Amino acid sequence: MSKKQKWEYSPALEGTDHIQLKKQYDLFINGKFTPGAEGKYFSTVNPANEEKIAEVAEANQKDINFAVESAQKAYDNTWSKMPGKERGKYIFRIARLLQERAREFSVIETIDGGKPIRESRDVDIPLASAHFFYYAGWADKLEYAFPGKQANSLGVTGQIIPWNFPLLMASWKIAPALATGNTVVLKPAETTPLTAMKLAEIIQEADLPPGVVNIVTGAGDTGKAIVNHPDIKKIAFTGSTEVGKYIMKSIAGTDKKYTLELGGKAANIIFEDASIDQAVEGIINSIFFNQGHVCCAGSRLYVQESVAEEVIQKLRNRMSSLIVGNPLDKNTDIGAINSKMQLDKIKMYVDLGKEEGGNIYQPSCSLPKKGFWHAPTIFTDVSQSNRIIQEEIFGPVLGIQTFRTVDEVIAKANNTAYGLSGGVWTDKGSKIFKVTKDIRAGVIWANTFNKFDPASPFGGYKESGVGSEGGIEGLRGYLDLA
Amino acid sequence: MYNQTIDQINTQERVARLFSRSIKKESKVQALHLALSMIDLTTLEGKDSPGKVKQLCYKASHLHDNFPNLPHVAAICVYPPMVSIAKKALEGTKINVASVATAFPSGMANLQAKLEEVKSVVNEGADEIDMVISRGKFLSGEYQYVSDEITQVKEACGKAHLKVILETGELVTLDNVRLASDIAMKAGADFIKTSTGKVSPSATPPVVLTMLEAIRDFNNKTGKQIGMKPAGGIGTAKQAIQYLVMINETLGSDWLSPNLFRFGASSLANDILMQIVKQSTGNYQSKDYFSID
Repeated sequence: MSKKQKWEYSPALEGTDHIQLKKQYDLFINGKFTPGAEGKYFSTVNPANEEKIAEVAEANQKDINFAVESAQKAYDNTWSKMPGKERGKYIFRIARLLQERAREFSVIETIDGGKPIRESRDVDIPLASAHFFYYAGWADKLEYAFPGKQANSLGVTGQIIPWNFPLLMASWKIAPALATGNTVVLKPAETTPLTAMKLAEIIQEADLPPGVVNIVTGAGDTGKAIVNHPDIKKIAFTGSTEVGKYIMKSIAGTDKKYTLELGGKAANIIFEDASIDQAVEGIINSIFFNQGHVCCAGSRLYVQESVAEEVIQKLRNRMSSLIVGNPLDKNTDIGAINSKMQLDKIKMYVDLGKEEGGNIYQPSCSLPKKGFWHAPTIFTDVSQSNRIIQEEIFGPVLGIQTFRTVDEVIAKANNTAYGLSGGVWTDKGSKIFKVTKDIRAGVIWANTFNKFDPASPFGGYKESGVGSEGGIEGLRGYLDLA
Repeated sequence: MYNQTIDQINTQERVARLFSRSIKKESKVQALHLALSMIDLTTLEGKDSPGKVKQLCYKASHLHDNFPNLPHVAAICVYPPMVSIAKKALEGTKINVASVATAFPSGMANLQAKLEEVKSVVNEGADEIDMVISRGKFLSGEYQYVSDEITQVKEACGKAHLKVILETGELVTLDNVRLASDIAMKAGADFIKTSTGKVSPSATPPVVLTMLEAIRDFNNKTGKQIGMKPAGGIGTAKQAIQYLVMINETLGSDWLSPNLFRFGASSLANDILMQIVKQSTGNYQSKDYFSID
């Protein structure tokens, strides 16, 4: 290799011949895969090449009625009566089976959703399994979780999850519901239903009593049927603020409990005394993780003026070493955008950012011709008044502003309709406490970003949602505490 | 410029991410050849003898003669009394002779003695000098002393290249590693090097990354390209490739060259050779098929 020659990494593709996928998936109701009442199916495609992977049944009102009925029966006859210790055994079994089949699940998650195999392998699937392990442990300890109170289960819970972390979100919802003695009707997102259907197979294999977990696929109308079903006692939703508002309106006046985990526009704050190279890496992880399809992404960056030039230059350099391409390549850093619809939305915002006078930077990287792709993008010369700073883009697009004082940056960080997460980078411990205390957000990371643990609660202020998931807090939303 | 803090945890995470790169096929073959050409084949033992050094020098230019088109290593690294022997043995090759100096490995001698040692090995033909910094002075905060010493050794080197060994195992924190790197580069180092190989731990990945980042920042500020040499504890082709990934993504392709990057190692060459043969034939050969000089 001569001195100036570039060293390109050869493709290192994760194999796909070990996965088992059916051509067609029916609804999983009452412990069995059953066709929908109308017999309609829709396709799920690989966003990296637009090829159809499988067909999935579309559930209508009748199917939801059947699923809720089954869940109610399972609740009344077995699950609510079963001692916590026995429930725990089932959940542990799911966790172990998931762990054993992690490789297959990673590949399917990547094919169906477009995220890099590095992330589905190292983050999504291990964390999903960890959530089942964590909540399995609580199943027989509920009376210790809330001392002096009686922890009563609710009944049938309706759960609707998004497409950005398909299996992980399913585990965030199903694991605490089961641990607390509730039964489940869950709807995965229409663009990423496959790992949920594979999870249904694991639930079958774990021999869960029929009807305890029902997984129904479909789009908005299927979700509506769940939200409005009179026998559902609780709605757990993760997704857009718009749909969250619709859910709150729909269930107003009912006695349904709800937890809503919605959008975000997190401030990530770099102080001049931070370890700069590590902070730059933190920016990369905060906004380009999972193509920026992360509700807690650090999409607003605030850099102290004295180091702004250095940080932005280093960020640009680092962005040029990001590898965008085939999600199945183990070296890929940024995969495919989840859907055409989402790609159009991101492009709309990038155009808007340019119109608003923002200074755009994208590293030169060639994007594949087929599929849905977007280069990592940063905007400088933007302000709080820009829509790209105010609205959630849900893509690999970062807006950068500078600040001078601690008070100024706290005011700007809080100047948003959202309040899900935040980040602060400084070498000074006292500053961490000051800033994290004053920012109104559910999670604030110090000298790190986008770290998740089943034991740590997660939830938002303001338009970012209501209630918490994860940790002991996550049990609360599934219990009547008397 | 001496105030950049380094976060240990995040540095470890960055290393883990860099090392998760999967280097296969053509890119692996390229990397193996490159790594071979970056080796400073080293013997630094009290029991070294002229015979041993001669054998090592022969190996340096004849890595595996029944396999064509292999590069030679970058240099031989020896103690001062072996410099003239190595120089003679390597006549007619492009392989450099590097000598440790300045009371290696402890650096515990007065400055005058160190300078004389450097001048004498340069006179005997050493192309490269691997000096050690005064860690005691550094840890007691006498940074100016450390800096001045490097400047004077650099002067004594004349045309010879100066590698400055920080002995990071004794500096302990990454903040110190960064500070020592900045001092050494500013004082005139051509290369900065992690370790003597006599203190544990020697080159660790977070330390190497921290030094590479210091080199990159120095290059951005001054335009000068400083070389890097991790030494000690690098014995496998896999480790070598991981370090190449680290350079590639921290400093870029300019540094993917023996002019700016070296491995200080004694057993690395054979492991790389074994991998090169495996890439070509599909089978691993026994260690006995690779000479151990």
